[in-house]
Amino acid sequence: MTAALSIQGLEKVYGNGFKALKGIDLTVEQGDFFALLGPNGAGKSTTLGIVSSLVQKTSGRVSIMGHDLVTDTFAAKQCLGVVPQEFNFNQFEKVYDIVITQAGYYGLTGRQVAEHAEMLLRALDLWDKRNEISRMLSGGMKRRLMIARALIHKPKILILDEPTAGVDIELRRSMWEFMKKLNEEGTTIILTTHYLEEAEQLCKNIAIINNGEIVTNTSVKALLSQLKTETFVLDVDGGANVLPQLEGNNLQSSDLQSSSLQGYKLVQIDADHIEITVEKGQGLNDVFSALSAANVQVLSMRSKANRLEELFVNLVQDDNKLANDQTKEA
Amino acid sequence: MKQDIQAAQKEARIESSVFSIQWVAFSTIVIKEVRRFMRIWQQTLLPPAITMTLYFIIFGNLIGSRIGKMDGVDYMSFIVPGLIMMSVITNAYGNVASSFFGNKFQRSIEELMVSPVYPSVILAGYVMGGVARGVMVGIIVTLLSLYFTDLHLHSLPVVIVVTILSAILFALGGFINAIFASKFDDITIIPTFIITPLTYLGGVFYSISLLPEFWQDVSKLNPILYMVNSFRYGILGISDVNVSTAIAMLIAFIVLLSSISIWLLKRGTGMRS
Repeated sequence: MTAALSIQGLEKVYGNGFKALKGIDLTVEQGDFFALLGPNGAGKSTTLGIVSSLVQKTSGRVSIMGHDLVTDTFAAKQCLGVVPQEFNFNQFEKVYDIVITQAGYYGLTGRQVAEHAEMLLRALDLWDKRNEISRMLSGGMKRRLMIARALIHKPKILILDEPTAGVDIELRRSMWEFMKKLNEEGTTIILTTHYLEEAEQLCKNIAIINNGEIVTNTSVKALLSQLKTETFVLDVDGGANVLPQLEGNNLQSSDLQSSSLQGYKLVQIDADHIEITVEKGQGLNDVFSALSAANVQVLSMRSKANRLEELFVNLVQDDNKLANDQTKEA
Repeated sequence: MKQDIQAAQKEARIESSVFSIQWVAFSTIVIKEVRRFMRIWQQTLLPPAITMTLYFIIFGNLIGSRIGKMDGVDYMSFIVPGLIMMSVITNAYGNVASSFFGNKFQRSIEELMVSPVYPSVILAGYVMGGVARGVMVGIIVTLLSLYFTDLHLHSLPVVIVVTILSAILFALGGFINAIFASKFDDITIIPTFIITPLTYLGGVFYSISLLPEFWQDVSKLNPILYMVNSFRYGILGISDVNVSTAIAMLIAFIVLLSSISIWLLKRGTGMRS
């Protein structure tokens, strides 16, 4: 099957000499829910900007649904819907007019898309606001308006550049549901986000970009399987230090702030919280037994960081270290 | 043979679909542009009506009555065609310059850049929006002028052709200005320092036959002189220049500026990093 997006040897050097992309290769299959992650300035928005024709590439090749973006621009652009990071609609136009005008750019008249426009605006909770001037909408509504606008011509691929930035949790979750449904209906979705929980929840495949290079490109499942340890925070009923109590149970540590229990690394954050790092394959039964024996009651437990976040930080740090080492050698 | 016919039919279908998409896109841009200047009519249609009425009162009625005749017609009748043309070109220019720059400033131009609309269609849409405003203001000013003087139409085709071509030319000028502008001040520089002086020196208020021969020759380098005089010819039947030459010049400049505009759009100048 033709790839939804194929990028080969993509390079971008800005006018000031900054090399934003160093010849990246990337393939997104049809029907995928794909995340492009990376720290600020890594090259995510430049990549998506080139795919969206908003940024001029220096070299390389981009094809969308098999259509080359340079030689078959018309067909390539028809397959694409774009939701950029910044609000980029006319702030003085009405919500409905913005959506209908966008349809017109794809050769669809207002009459042809009226039903679809109503469906989208209702699904995104904007129907009641259709006659409002877009400037008057809240930030979350503006973001949803950009999604409705991008979908009005029923694109095969939807690019979302940080779609839920600055959106409250409830709304973010409803947008996730909307995007999941859209993907299930066959739209290929390419997403950038700083909320790694979002990528973990939604995406099937992930690429991490750093310093203009792809650091890793794999499935979410495969990436998470690389995770060697996971850290949990336990809420304990105390007021006193827990670790000395555990010391009384013959633990091999004299440090009052951290300890280890049969291969677990424990750190006491304060009187009511301890952190425990568990290696892949390790259970937590021994820890709970030890805590129970020390009369420490565990009230609740949560993962310290999002699993993907830990991997992301590790990969980016490793890549930055490598880049620094290479610079020093040079 | 059958496959060739099918391939040709498929290609014809694609071409017709491309054409219809581009046509809808063009209409969409024009409707958007017209809706914009109609929505803010207090800023786009009313000011030229007030300004031109003041010109008619002050230069036509008050001062004009003391000037007497110019090129064989009374002064009010002489300046009306020039003032109508001045309204058309400044509004065609201003509409495209402010609208396109506004879209760049708000980044809503990206809606068009990600879409499959051809650069030539984007240009045509904005230019047609400028022409629509220029012509609408021209009609308003013409109707106002009828309160002050009787206009006799010498040649309707010349009036229509010169009005449309002049509006297109200045709309293109506004488009190029907007492409290079990086702040709102940049879209007022050319109207203030180039268009307004050339308009005032372009024979709106006087016939160049009043000038010494040297200044007559210098005046003939001013493109606005040709537009004003051709338009005046269409209404009054008098002109300081050859109308055919003027129309040929207008077409040549339109071709030149269109080519430059499309080239700039394709390059993404001022829009694409």
